[in-house]
Amino acid sequence: MSTLSPEPVKPLLDGSLKNENEKKREIVRVSGLKKSFGSLEVLKGIDLSVREGEVVVIVGPSGTGKSTLLRCINLLTEPDAGHVWVDGAEITARGADVNKIRAKTGMVFQEFNLFNHLTALNNVAIGLKVVKKIPEEEARRRAMEELERVGLSSKASSYPAELSGGQKQRVAIARALAMDPRVMLFDEPTSALDPELIGEVLEVMKKLASEGMTMLVVSHEMGFAKEVADRIVFMEGGLIVEEGPPDVMFSAPKKARTKEFLGKIGAIHGGTVVA
Amino acid sequence: MEKVALVMRELPFILGGVGTTVQLAVIALAMGFVIGLPLALMEVYGSRGVRWVVSTYGTLFRSVPLLVLIFIFYFIVAKVAELSNFSAAALAMGLRSAAYQSEIFRGAIQSVGTGQMTAARSLGMTRFQAIRHVVLPQALRLAIPGWGNEAAVVLKDTSFAYAIGVAELMRRAEYASARTYEPFAIFTGCAAVYFLMTFGLTRLLTRVESAYRVRT
Amino acid sequence: MAGSDVLAFIERILPDLLRGAVITVELASMGLFLGLVLGLPTAFLRAYGKGLPKYIATLYVEAIRGTPLVVQLFIIHYGLPDLGLTFPRFVSAWLALGINSGAYQAEYFRGGIEAISAGQMAAAQALGMSRLQAIRHIILPQAFRLALPAWTNEAIYMVKYTSIAFMIAVPELLARGKMIISWYFRPTETLLAVAAIYLVILWVVARLMRLVENRFKIPGIGFETDQRA
Ligand SMILES: Nc1ncnc2c1ncn2[C@@H]1O[C@H](COP(=O)(O)OP(=O)(O)OP(=O)(O)O)[C@@H](O)[C@H]1O
Ligand SMILES: [Mg+2]
Repeated sequence: MSTLSPEPVKPLLDGSLKNENEKKREIVRVSGLKKSFGSLEVLKGIDLSVREGEVVVIVGPSGTGKSTLLRCINLLTEPDAGHVWVDGAEITARGADVNKIRAKTGMVFQEFNLFNHLTALNNVAIGLKVVKKIPEEEARRRAMEELERVGLSSKASSYPAELSGGQKQRVAIARALAMDPRVMLFDEPTSALDPELIGEVLEVMKKLASEGMTMLVVSHEMGFAKEVADRIVFMEGGLIVEEGPPDVMFSAPKKARTKEFLGKIGAIHGGTVVA
Repeated sequence: MEKVALVMRELPFILGGVGTTVQLAVIALAMGFVIGLPLALMEVYGSRGVRWVVSTYGTLFRSVPLLVLIFIFYFIVAKVAELSNFSAAALAMGLRSAAYQSEIFRGAIQSVGTGQMTAARSLGMTRFQAIRHVVLPQALRLAIPGWGNEAAVVLKDTSFAYAIGVAELMRRAEYASARTYEPFAIFTGCAAVYFLMTFGLTRLLTRVESAYRVRT
Repeated sequence: MAGSDVLAFIERILPDLLRGAVITVELASMGLFLGLVLGLPTAFLRAYGKGLPKYIATLYVEAIRGTPLVVQLFIIHYGLPDLGLTFPRFVSAWLALGINSGAYQAEYFRGGIEAISAGQMAAAQALGMSRLQAIRHIILPQAFRLALPAWTNEAIYMVKYTSIAFMIAVPELLARGKMIISWYFRPTETLLAVAAIYLVILWVVARLMRLVENRFKIPGIGFETDQRA
């Protein structure tokens, strides 16, 4: 059933601060992950590790498998090979309690995917009621707290159709947070939003990061990445090309391809600055 | 196996009703088209009074159950006008189909949009020319799927003519079942014949639809 | 024919017709209910199932939609006794209407289910819901609302199609009318009265369904209408 990480990650030798960081618990571990759709090989062997409190931003060209990687982490997509551990439990193990492990990961989608028939409050409460079996009253109280956290308690009784894109995405974040996840997975959370609505969502995400939430974010918001990310992962063609801290990745990447891509993307998406 | 042989023996007799069934359906659909299309145009382009008359006609003929309509034409209209049972059934079904077809065409005409009409008028076409050359060719294509549904409904509902003794498929099957004392086998066979007919009809209309599809 | 004479005649036959109307309404509502019980699972099997169950669900829907209701009624009432299954008239009519309606309702619900984006299921599962929980709490409530207008149409169709029960002598509205015609031979007044009663029933049903639709209305969940075929 739930297996612990197979091998402790070797501490890097440079710098005591880094060392400190490396001692933190591993929340997500992906090893040798492969996935094909028909004859199209989308993931060609991904290894990735995310530690407690870390914010990792994944970038890469369209169709590279970023969404597929996130969806494999909570098994919304079933990988063909490789293993995934979430908070020490292997979700890819035979007989693993997938639903239970999934509840430990919060996911935020590009198209929001709010439940259209439920009010904002009930969107946040439904997971608590159905999955965690928390009684109605208590679930609603906690849902209200989560809505307050994203600044939307005044919209509790609105239906998704009555919310702006930015508000929808903030409700979606609250919905995921309510489950008390160990890690939040964001799949391009701002790319379906009008430019003037992006800021409010990034603001919430920054607050989350500062509270110590472990986050794995697919995004091309380079301003956000520079400011918040502990590490940037550059993916292309189903593989991780290069990863490292933002300052290194932006100023002195090892691979030419990384430099080219980040340069291009920075020119397009770097402008969004959050107050 | 014995039963299959039995149905096979009765099959030619039952199939003799297919002609009547198809005739009934074709007449009802043709009548529905000839009356339903003008009704639709009247409902879209007509004056207030005309629209009211058309929509009342539609509501009545869509609301009263077909069997009641068939009896009204059989007991009342046919007695006055000296019509055969077949004609009474055909009239009832045709007038009812007109009500449904007018709904289908009205929806299609409305979804063509007023922009097309405005564009045609700006070229100097009269209202009638615009309807004839611009609106209708598009609307009729859009109406094909709905019309296909209606055709299948009419084909199946011809079986209601059984109630006034028209010797269509259903009535013949009933004779055969009374003669052989094998109602299950006979009626199942009869169902299979209907199934093949509706199946064939739907296939045909899908073909027609893809042949005339407008690319947008 | 004096108007007062017509009124007197209608007054005389009205109680009988109304007794038939009660049976009509009973048949329609019971048929609709049986159709719901059969149609919902069929819709989910067609949308989410695989293998044999999905195949059977498809077969059921296509076989029913490809054949006339009258034939289905005759197979049930006159045919099934050959296989040792005999039902009272009312039950045969109920079964025929319900089984028939189930196939159409399945298609309405399937339309509703398929109009719901795959993202809804993904989001539910991402919260840790099982597939069954997601269907129950997320998909079903939305599919139900999307199918509601088509379902209203179906209720109206049920009322109209109950008249086929007359063919196996269930004493519903039309059968009573037919009986009255053979007693008094005044078909015009009788049939118009029968038609009028159907119109009143349909008007009430449409009104009721409007109330139901308003009761369940949610901003942003559009209602689709559908034509039965
Ligand atoms: N369910 C699926 N069935 C078939 N192909 C799929 C499926 N999901 C993804 N793909 C294909 O896999 C490839 C990678 O998709 P993915 O969504 O993971 O890319 P991405 O990096 O997230 O791209 P984007 O930046 O456009 O979101 C694409 O070519 C896509 O068409
Ligand atoms: Mg993606």
